[in-house]
Order: sequence, then structure tokens, then C-alpha cells
Amino acid sequence: MESGFLLPDLEDDDAAPFWAGTARGELLVQACTSCGRRRVPPRPMCPACRSVCHAWQPLSGRGTIWSFVVAHPPLLPAYQAVAPYNVITVALDEDPQLRLVGNLVARPDGPINEVDPSTIRIGEPVRVVFQQVDDVHLPRWMRERT
Amino acid sequence: MTTPIKDRTAIVGIGQTAFGKGLPDSELSLACQAISMAIDDAGLRPADVDGLVMYSMENMREVEVARNLGLGDVTYFGEVGYGGGAGCGTIGHAAMAVATGQCEVAVAWRARKRAAKTSRPWANVNQRLSGPTQWSRTFGLLRPVDEIAMLARRYMHEFGATREHLANVALAFRAHANRNPHATMYEKRLTREDYLKARWISEPLCLFDNCLETDGALAVVIVSAERARDLRQPPAYVHAFAQSIPRQHQVMTNYFCDDPLLGPSHACARLLWKHSDFTPADVRVAQLYDAFSPLIPLSLEGYGFCKRGEGAAFTDDGALEWPHGRLPTNTAGGGMSEAYVHGFNLILEGVRQMRGTSTSQVEGAECCLVTSGEGVPTSALLLRR
Repeated sequence: MESGFLLPDLEDDDAAPFWAGTARGELLVQACTSCGRRRVPPRPMCPACRSVCHAWQPLSGRGTIWSFVVAHPPLLPAYQAVAPYNVITVALDEDPQLRLVGNLVARPDGPINEVDPSTIRIGEPVRVVFQQVDDVHLPRWMRERT
Repeated sequence: MTTPIKDRTAIVGIGQTAFGKGLPDSELSLACQAISMAIDDAGLRPADVDGLVMYSMENMREVEVARNLGLGDVTYFGEVGYGGGAGCGTIGHAAMAVATGQCEVAVAWRARKRAAKTSRPWANVNQRLSGPTQWSRTFGLLRPVDEIAMLARRYMHEFGATREHLANVALAFRAHANRNPHATMYEKRLTREDYLKARWISEPLCLFDNCLETDGALAVVIVSAERARDLRQPPAYVHAFAQSIPRQHQVMTNYFCDDPLLGPSHACARLLWKHSDFTPADVRVAQLYDAFSPLIPLSLEGYGFCKRGEGAAFTDDGALEWPHGRLPTNTAGGGMSEAYVHGFNLILEGVRQMRGTSTSQVEGAECCLVTSGEGVPTSALLLRR
């Protein structure tokens, strides 16, 4: 529990199943069981049909880079230590309107500052990997080999 | 349709403390000093004040403000949320309260010691993340600048905007600050070369794409149009007011909706212009919320000065610069070069433009658009002389 990174509350009312999924190596999305609409981030009620019934569906873990930043200091100490690092937003293949924020890494266990930022391009295909930080399994992303 | 608040109220008093870093006075003290100056500026007395509207983020309570200033019986008080989105909202709520008779003399203010690191919301790291921030901060998107940089990169990609466009914004506001002795950057020039070689903060945004970190306080007094005519200052009438939480919006990290670059200003602008006798073509001076430079092209589009995707190109040819630009903007220097007090300084500059007392006065401007935070639930005012 000592990495110094900001990490999610694994017992969050809405997101706990997501983080339980990443711990099993699954990327899950909340979907309404009444109308089928998927929603990111998760929330109690479906904005399309107002149902509070939902299930968690597995995703392929594939997407494309929608945008990205390269963060430089000043940052919190744990982040400053690895800066500059990238943060990407990924549009998911199942529905490009569904997006997740993450990081581009060069290897499944690689750090978030290893990919040369000048080579990152919007539209690049990526696939998910999971990295453990303290007690949390974070989805990160590697370039899809084409 | 009828617009019950149109021109019914006016800003008749303004006050502000010095801007700085590490000011010795507390936020409460700064707030009371700014409000005191605004009451004096209006020619009113503390006992006349019976309405208070503040940002939800204020670190003080209305009762403390009332007790320190020696106010009389306060009959209306309210708060507006979402940080930099609240500024024009506090004026609008005060105007509605005065127009509907809930109070007669309302005060709105913002006091902040932003320069202290402990005052930065993103620096609070004491607990696990829950709610919306877990989907971004977990991955190192820590600061407001990181959150806006993600949108800025996408905006540049979709619409062909460049750093040169963002430099247009930074340089225009700095030039205005260089004419305003109260501005933090009054004596500091900024060149295009300075901008282009500045250190990165969150690529594609550099140091000069960011607002300042400021300690200070500002306040205004709002009364009915009838009462305003008897007071000492030229009234800045509240012609139109609007707020918006656009559909599907997520605060700052608005990446999860169908059209993330369609910011809160669009919905706010629809109501604002609906209630206004003016159109964007009539507006010759504007104060646009500028926590970060990319918010300017987004706001220019949202408030209808150009079409979507054209906001960056709008800034070319000195468009934002006093005196010859087509829309001199942030004529006191804005958040990027005057002071960053959650946008409240933009409201006071709008009032000065209507009084004719700006250090970059736009001659003949009948109205001034003032906007609050883009990227968060927002608000806007159209002031008229």
C-alpha cells in the first residue's frame, strides 16, 4: 500500500465490480439489463431507460488512442519520480463512444514512462494489459502489433 | 418571451484586494476587505446589504462575513458550485434575488489563497479515490491542466489547431496585463519566442497556457436598476444570465460523452442569447474564462463568435488584442496574466468596461460578455451600460 500513487477505493459503490474484474484479468463494462446500453463510468441508473438493473460484461480489451497527454512536473512525488509519463484515453472497439483513461506501456510489466512520447499517435490501436500497483490491478495499454 | 431579469438589476460597486502570493491575511479577512471596498464604491453602507451569494468552494460561511462586516438582517443567501464555473452564477443568483424582492442589496465575492499548495484541490492525497476521479487520477491525470490537455490534444487533432493559436491567446492577455498596474504580470513582457520555448506542464500545454496561482479577493454589489440610478457609479446592468450543466457532462474529465469537445458553453450560450437583445455580432469586448488557453477557442465557438472548429483560427491577426482586434478579450489580463481568482476578476473587468474605466477600454462597447469555467458546469453574463 506504499507506492504513493493515487488509487481507487476498491469498495466504491459503483466501481467495485470493475476493480474485482481487473484483479481477475478481465476488463468489464457496466451494461443495463433492461435496454442493453453500456455506460462508462459506472453509475446506479441507466440514463437511457432509468433502470437500476445492470450486469457487468467482458470487453475485448481492444481500442484506439483517442487522445493523450505527457505530464511534466510539478507533480505529486510518486508521479514526479517517473515524469515525464504519458496518459492516454482509449476509445473501445466495442463502441468508440466508450472511453477509458490509462497509460501506454511498452511491455506488460513496463513503466508508464517507457514509450517515447514523440511516437504516440491518436488513432493507434492498443490492447489492455493489467499491472498490479499495491492492492489494485490497473488496466494499462500496449500497442497492438499489426 | 418575457425575460424577467433583463436589465432589472445592475452591478453598482466593485472592490478588490491586491493580488499576490503568500498574502498574510486570511481568506475571510481578504473577503471582508474586498466586500467593504465594493460597498464603499457603491456609496452604500454595510447595514444596507441583505443578500449574500458565494462560491460553494469558499472556505468561509456567510455568517462570518456578515458578522465581520456588520451587515444588517440578511434575507437571501446562496451558493453556486463547480469552482470556476460559479462566478457569473453568483451574480445571476444575486440578480434574480434582487429582481424577485428576496433582497435589495446583494453582495457576491470570491476570496482565495490559491498560491498556497494546500489550497489546491488536486493536492489532497489522503484517501482512496472514489467517484469520477478514480477513472483519471489513478492513471496520473492529476491536475486540472492534465485534464484540459487531454481535450486540447484532441481538439488540435480534430480541428487543426496549433500551439501558435494558443500563443495568440497567451500573448493577447499578457499585453493587456502590461497595461493594467494591478495585474500580476504588469511588468513582465511575454514574446512568442518565450512562449514557444517554455517548459512543458502537460503536453501539448506549456507553462504559459496556464493561469496564475493567486491570493486575493474580489467582490461586487448588485441592486435594482431603479436604485442604481441614484448611486454614484455608472450602473453595469445585468442584461442576461445563464447557467448550464450540459447533458452527459462529467466535470473536467468530460471524455465519456458522445461529443467531449462540445463544452458547457454551448448550452449556456443558447439561453444567454435567447434572453438577450444582443447577438454575438454586437459584442465588441469579452471576458472569457481562461484557466487554460484552449478554453478560449472552445468558448469562442460555444458563445457563437465562430463555428465549431474555427475558434483557434479566430485568434489569428490579433483578434483578441486591444485596441484593434475584432474582439478584445480579457482586457485586464485575465486569469493567465492578471490574477486567477476563479474568474471573478473577469466580472470586475466587465464592469469597468461598462463604466469606461478599463486600462484597455474598448470605446463604444454597449455590452460585455463575461463567462465562467469552460469544462465544468458553467455560467455567463451579458453586462450592458
